[in-house]
Amino acid sequence: MHELPVTQSILDVVLRHASANNVTKIHTINLAVGEMSDLEDEWIQRYFDYLSKDTVAQGARLKIERIPVVLRCEACAESFQVDIKQMEDIVCPSCGEKKFALISGREYYIRNMEAE
Amino acid sequence: MEEIKLIEIKEEILSDNKNLADELRIRLRQEKTFLLNLMSSPGSGKTSLILRTIAALRVRFRIGVLEADIDSIVDSEKVASTGIQAVQLRTGGFCHLDAPMVTRGLEAFDLTMLDLVIIENVGNLVCPAEFDTGAVRNAMILSVPEGDDKPLKYPLMFSICDVLIVNKIDYLGMSDFNMQALKERVTRLNPDITIIEVSCRTGAGIETWAKWLADEVAGFLRG
Repeated sequence: MHELPVTQSILDVVLRHASANNVTKIHTINLAVGEMSDLEDEWIQRYFDYLSKDTVAQGARLKIERIPVVLRCEACAESFQVDIKQMEDIVCPSCGEKKFALISGREYYIRNMEAE
Repeated sequence: MEEIKLIEIKEEILSDNKNLADELRIRLRQEKTFLLNLMSSPGSGKTSLILRTIAALRVRFRIGVLEADIDSIVDSEKVASTGIQAVQLRTGGFCHLDAPMVTRGLEAFDLTMLDLVIIENVGNLVCPAEFDTGAVRNAMILSVPEGDDKPLKYPLMFSICDVLIVNKIDYLGMSDFNMQALKERVTRLNPDITIIEVSCRTGAGIETWAKWLADEVAGFLRG
């Protein structure tokens, strides 16, 4: 739903790095996005194509690596991965406790870009 | 053709917003103004809760309200009718508030004259969860008619809030809403969250909510 401002931020960041590195064309941008985010890959790319027209990022492909949701049990400190679609009946696989801290799954990160 | 090189970036996508939110929090600390970000779906009772909160705490704190609405001023008129300063921020179709918008909205207030500013965020359980507004505390409302399954559908929202207000508990008898199941689902995502049951219509639980907020604001003002 909020892909447009997010995409604008991605473009701003990569253009700043492009200019600092004398880049003439960006080919690929590698992102890391947590599974808890509602961003839709297809929409980000579509907005990016629109926003990046006439910049060195025009035509760049966004590769999004989804980072899984990992919880850590509050009782026994066991960490384990969960399916975001099946958050209903999660219990710690090690001790059966039901209270957890979120370790990963909220990432919103630009790793790097391939450019010339 | 030039060689393709890999340029490391390693930056948060929303780092600009995060930085502005941190700056705003520092300023609010200096001004001694507590900023509460209130989020929920449309129709769950944000404006009603704000009106109840004003009634409960206006003798103790100087309150302002920052209303975000896609394109209307209905809510801010309701708040302004209580004599409390309300600023309307039309988001022009935006689905959430971010730190720059809140910073701009706060310019309409004299913050040195206010102890507490409540942001009524855009009615939406998705987008506002992703954008740090610069608030000191995040609160959300879930109303009974929305159902106890919402933490399963909008986990991020429930995981970033400090307090969950369950509103419209006067509807509990008419629905199959399972409060125990809701609480288990929410604490699974966020073990530290405070859950308060209220009815803005009957006034039930409002005292508990007002006390939670008053303790937070008083603690903040003491520094």
